[in-house]
Amino acid sequence: MRDLLWLVPAFPLAGFLVNGLVYLFSHRTSGAPHPPADQAAAESSEAAGHPHAHVHLETEPKWKTLHTIVGTGSVALSGIFAFGAILDLGIPALSHGAHHLLTLWRWIPLGVNQATGQVPGPLGEWFVDMALSLDSLSALMIAFVTFVGFLIHVYSVGYMGHDAGYGRYFAYLNLFMFSMLTLVLAANFLLMFVGWEGVGLCSYLLIGYDYHKKFAADAGKKAFVVNRIGDFGFILGIFGVFALFGTLDFGKVFAAAASNPAAYAPWMTLVCLCLFLGAAGKSAQVPLHVWLPDAMAGPTPVSALIHAATMVTAGVYMVARCNVLFRLSPDALLVVAIVGGFTALFAATIGLVQNDIKKVLAYSTVSQLGYMFLACGVGAFVAGMFHVLTHAFFKACLFLGSGSVIHALGGEQDLRRMGGLARKIPVTYATFLTATFAIAGVPLLAGFFSKDAILAAVFEAHFRQAPWLPKLLWMAALFTAGLTAFYMFRLVSLAFYGTFRGTAEQAAHVHESPKSMTVPLIVLAFLSVVGGWIGIPIIRGGDRIGRFLSPIVPALAGARAEEHAAPVSLEVALMAASVAVAMIGLLLAYLWYAKGEGRVPARLAERFPALYRVVANKYYVDEAYDALFVEGLAKSGGRFLWEVDATVVDLIPNGAAAATRGAAWLSHFFDKYFVDGAVNGVADSLQGGFRLLRRAQTGRVQNYALVMGAGLFCIVAVYLIFR
Amino acid sequence: MTITINHFLVVSFLLFSIGLLGVLVRRNFLTVLMSVELMLNAVNLNLIAFSRRLSDLTGQVFSVFVITIAAGEAAIGLALTISLFRQRRTLNVEDASSMQG
Repeated sequence: MRDLLWLVPAFPLAGFLVNGLVYLFSHRTSGAPHPPADQAAAESSEAAGHPHAHVHLETEPKWKTLHTIVGTGSVALSGIFAFGAILDLGIPALSHGAHHLLTLWRWIPLGVNQATGQVPGPLGEWFVDMALSLDSLSALMIAFVTFVGFLIHVYSVGYMGHDAGYGRYFAYLNLFMFSMLTLVLAANFLLMFVGWEGVGLCSYLLIGYDYHKKFAADAGKKAFVVNRIGDFGFILGIFGVFALFGTLDFGKVFAAAASNPAAYAPWMTLVCLCLFLGAAGKSAQVPLHVWLPDAMAGPTPVSALIHAATMVTAGVYMVARCNVLFRLSPDALLVVAIVGGFTALFAATIGLVQNDIKKVLAYSTVSQLGYMFLACGVGAFVAGMFHVLTHAFFKACLFLGSGSVIHALGGEQDLRRMGGLARKIPVTYATFLTATFAIAGVPLLAGFFSKDAILAAVFEAHFRQAPWLPKLLWMAALFTAGLTAFYMFRLVSLAFYGTFRGTAEQAAHVHESPKSMTVPLIVLAFLSVVGGWIGIPIIRGGDRIGRFLSPIVPALAGARAEEHAAPVSLEVALMAASVAVAMIGLLLAYLWYAKGEGRVPARLAERFPALYRVVANKYYVDEAYDALFVEGLAKSGGRFLWEVDATVVDLIPNGAAAATRGAAWLSHFFDKYFVDGAVNGVADSLQGGFRLLRRAQTGRVQNYALVMGAGLFCIVAVYLIFR
Repeated sequence: MTITINHFLVVSFLLFSIGLLGVLVRRNFLTVLMSVELMLNAVNLNLIAFSRRLSDLTGQVFSVFVITIAAGEAAIGLALTISLFRQRRTLNVEDASSMQG
């Protein structure tokens, strides 16, 4: 079973090919305005009464069934083989460092230098293998990626059921699953980068899924461009790793780094910061966070799968995977922690005032990703990965729940036009509320344990460079936890409580979603409750995820003992603090929005109009980028450079100017008579030569016949003379 | 004076040359067509003369083939003449130069 690991990414790839080809084929024939006669006859006999004249055709039922089966089935099979491989290795064995390396083929063999017989690189022959690696970290990732991915595929069957591009959607989604699984299973940096770019591509394709809408197409492009900046950093980091270690294989790199830290430490800060730039781009950290909120232009299940549960956590996964490298550089870790902590707080404040249900969740995602990086930054990689896992459950549930709400209201996303939906869509409400409690950190739910692990790690961390920083970060994180509880319950209050504020037509239309949508919601809500129970602190042996990941995240000498030395009373006190803050947030949101109908926040906004405007406009980051990079560099930048040029030229003494002029004259002379002469000469001679040839092509048959006759005469004459 | 094969060949050569000249210099499409017929018949004469001289019927069979092909050629040529006239209102072959490169 473990040697069938390659099937895990292969199934979604096959699904992509089948769905994509079938879609291309079936879409073209049914969408063409005048299909050929025999095809048209065949189609009309198969789908009698189907409105062929309509441009936005629904996919034909038989193809739709095929897309459904292939789309969800490939992910299900992939998941079965993923779990099979994990169970074959065994969870206890994995947590004791067992891992399986499956080398499919030699991908880039550079081999031995043929001339000298020498092998390049300090570690011998250089090559990159197409190799997959299953260890506890990738096992954790493929387990939840395939599972959550499958649920979201099932949900999509209901959500996208009426969409004309049903097959295209599933093709992209399968391609995404393939890329994501390649990313997490890759055994070297280069293959990981392939998956990394693949998920970026699918993200672009799926954000711009409704490509005929300008904002969706623009959002896709924005995501792609911003991700390029991060990918640039990532690939520089890969170059750095290769320059230092002479290999890109994870196992060799980390073993080398761990065995000889002093040799590599000086360069590690640079390499790790490059890698982190990549992670920040993919995981939407400040200042590259701008693409994720816009990415909500994609279909809601896409937001749940790609922009909440899986792809955006790839950055955290990468940092956790490279934890050996990051720990060699305290400075890089410091940067990770600060960026993470700042992003968490920054995004949470924006989330407070958003009115689009998906935008609130988007900023919440950015904020939670900041949390994960904060954990990585303070060296608690396990806590970061734990939060990745629990976040995947409750955030996927929240996004799918919001999709269900949007579905029920016929596409309405504005919270100001919702309200009182709790009774009308009870399943959605119940699951959404559960997930909200989970993300807010209500005790015993998933988010509580993972968030608490992060808060405790931040509190106990210490930075030699800045001893005061951990406490500051802890306060920021704690405050963020309160904000999270507040904006999430604000969302619940606005959507589900009070009276309905939409149109009468919408009110009549409200309905619970089909089974294919509610069942995934229920499963995810259940996991939002129990998902955190694998990492219970305090209780002896409760930290199962920590033990599971221990082979990948080896204990630091000394630090581990310190962690264990943290007294239970302190843990409980920290827990109590976070619970108290979360409760205050929940209660405040309930009082202000559910009971108070939003009067208090409105008054606050009136009291501090400037502050409200700044936050509501997302701190004007988009506008700043627009002015700085788009307007500044692309448009007025040219003029700015011209001004600089003119000023500098004015400052040059006359002699230099004259010399320049003299050189320019010489250059011009040379240019005119030699360079131009050569160029024009070639052109002229060619033109002259071909003018003759062109003249032969008169188009008059008689001229051709004459030439033919003359040629025949010549041949006969030659034959007669020389025979 | 007996008539030898040389007489036939001279007549055939003259006919062929007149036909070729006509094809090359005449401007009227119909005249060009008739000149082509003249060339073909010059060849026929040549074939039959050699057939007689060598006592081999192959040459005569060949000339029958040529006459058949010539009939087809004449039909196609006249069809072309008509359609050319309909298109251009002229039969001047120098005006039919749209295949010029």
